[in-house]
Amino acid sequence: MNICVLLKQVPDQGSVFTIDSDETWVQEDNLVFTTNESDNYALEEALLMKASKGGEVVVCTLGPDRASQTLKDALAKGADRALFLRDDAFDRLDSLGAARAFAAALRDDSFDLILCGLQADDTGEGQLGPMLAEQLSLPHVTLVVQTELLDGCIKIKQELEGGWFRHLEADLPALLTIQSGINKPRYASLKGIMAMKRKEIKQVSAADLSLTTGDLTPHQILKRLYVPAKTKETQFLEGSPDEVVAQLVEKLANEAKVL
Amino acid sequence: MGKILTFIQHQDGQVSRNSLEALKAAQELATALSHSLAGVVFGLESPPEQLTGLKLDEVLLVPASELKEYTQEQYIAAMNAVIAAESPELLLAGHTYQARDWLPRLASRLERPLVSDCVGYQLDGQITWVRQIFQGKINADVQTTPGLAIVSFQSGAFRSDDLEPGSPTVRTLSVDLSGVTLHVRPGDRFQEGKGTVDLSHAERIVSVGRGIGDADNLHLVRDLAAALDAELGSSRPVVDYGWLDHDRQVGSSGQTVSAKLYLSVGISGAIQHQVGMKNSGCIVAINKDANAPIFEIADYGIVADLFEIVPRLTAAIKEHRGT
Ligand SMILES: Cc1cc2nc3c(=O)[nH]c(=O)nc-3n(C[C@H](O)[C@H](O)[C@H](O)COP(=O)(O)OP(=O)(O)OC[C@H]3O[C@@H](n4cnc5c(N)ncnc54)[C@H](O)[C@@H]3O)c2cc1C
Ligand SMILES: Nc1ncnc2c1ncn2[C@@H]1O[C@H](COP(=O)(O)O)[C@@H](O)[C@H]1O
Repeated sequence: MNICVLLKQVPDQGSVFTIDSDETWVQEDNLVFTTNESDNYALEEALLMKASKGGEVVVCTLGPDRASQTLKDALAKGADRALFLRDDAFDRLDSLGAARAFAAALRDDSFDLILCGLQADDTGEGQLGPMLAEQLSLPHVTLVVQTELLDGCIKIKQELEGGWFRHLEADLPALLTIQSGINKPRYASLKGIMAMKRKEIKQVSAADLSLTTGDLTPHQILKRLYVPAKTKETQFLEGSPDEVVAQLVEKLANEAKVL
Repeated sequence: MGKILTFIQHQDGQVSRNSLEALKAAQELATALSHSLAGVVFGLESPPEQLTGLKLDEVLLVPASELKEYTQEQYIAAMNAVIAAESPELLLAGHTYQARDWLPRLASRLERPLVSDCVGYQLDGQITWVRQIFQGKINADVQTTPGLAIVSFQSGAFRSDDLEPGSPTVRTLSVDLSGVTLHVRPGDRFQEGKGTVDLSHAERIVSVGRGIGDADNLHLVRDLAAALDAELGSSRPVVDYGWLDHDRQVGSSGQTVSAKLYLSVGISGAIQHQVGMKNSGCIVAINKDANAPIFEIADYGIVADLFEIVPRLTAAIKEHRGT
């Protein structure tokens, strides 16, 4: 079972975001970066499959230099090797361009499975997995909350809206997008961190992948970022903890009349 | 005159509200751009009742029997054929789980952009789509290159009760799907055995998010819920971590609630959470981040450390209620 996991490095959700002066991205110097939430679950699922079926887990990211940390963390947790798509030409890709880059990087490896997260919590597109599957002519299943490997195929439980589910069976090789909560992601052990230092991170550029400017030109262009205008008048209660609590109880009792 | 197609998702003829919301956006755009508008319906012989009284130029039925139940591969093949026949400028849809499954793959096949989970648009010579990034903390304006754009709309971004009335003509389009092999074979939809907690009828809910930090801290919100006679609810991560059972989860993949009082503690208010609770009467949010999207829908907001507030609030409520 050879599995590739796509991991994206994203700002921690607890970050305070300040829009950059050119209004097309946020200031990165005061951000803390981490691995995208659902991608952690995808990695764990791959490591569990490897533990039961053997084979190799390859982790792959596309991003700036700082993104190598996400690969190192994954190698420390037990991934075997890493592929780092790193090129200034990858800086402002749209999902289609990113899918082309990953397709070029992964096409010649014969993975039985490619696992992605459901969506990257920075830009929230939720597109890359199915787009990549199309480029690689692989079947795909989204919103996966349970997997069971069978001979030549995989049985999947898929989450639908409002508490509904569905079982599906997909031929292998396939691409899955993993929903959070599917497993309990592990922490890296000290031994894993030591072992990580000996593992390979292979860096590839657009030229290495024979990607042309045309392949990477975005069809979706980010024009401007801004803080959304407030539409609802929230009454913010201010003061010391004791004061705000007293105000809230008073409002709930006499204004909202819900006590 | 260009053409706008809106994909109408339905389950056994019952149209998804998200599709009707997308139709509202489509009606506005069709008028503003002088485009024609068609609602595309898969797998039905006659148009769903919810469409027949709406202002659309036409309902385009693709009745192929393979499309009765959703399969990603047949839907993509069918829409590909519809787009080839109709050459639309825009394909609009609701950002449902089904849309997440097949629209990106369709976009990739067509090599055209998918602008997903949009909350609005602006018109100024060309269309600028508005979408949220960083889980609703920042808005982004995006534009697409000339040619077809596929756009999906966030639940609630447009109001389906504002749809303009009219009487569309009905046209049938046959597509040949005999060549499509299913590499993904779906089984029937099912619901897990109902949990023991039904939040949908709860009058008061104290709902807890990742801000609580650790399962060991949950007693703080349990005490608050007890003081208020409230049920305990939660956001998804709290369930993912195994801190609470799934039947406590509120949101698009959990329960939908409409409590008289919904008191959220350490929840950021991502859209998938909001869709499950925004119809509650009085919404209170306690969150240390003044920019958390939950404050967009809260009636009362407290920007503070929940560990400072919650124990005091529990005591104050007990005192108020004389318990
Ligand atoms: C397809 C899909 C379906 C989903 N379904 C659901 C669903 O059904 N329900 C759901 O909830 N989510 C769902 N999600 C996840 C959703 O997108 C968010 O990730 C999730 O709701 C975030 O949960 P949270 O607010 O608890 O955590 P976070 O976003 O991490 O927010 C924690 C908040 O706590 C605050 N905080 C931290 N410490 C403190 C403190 N000491 N005092 C006060 N405040 C503090 C922080 O400021 C932050 O705002 C879904 C996502 C997807 C993609
Ligand atoms: N730059 C990237 N590097 C690695 N993986 C990525 C990248 N962008 C997206 N992905 C993967 O694709 C999933 C969906 O991302 P998105 O379509 O951007 O929401 C993520 O959860 C990752 O698994």
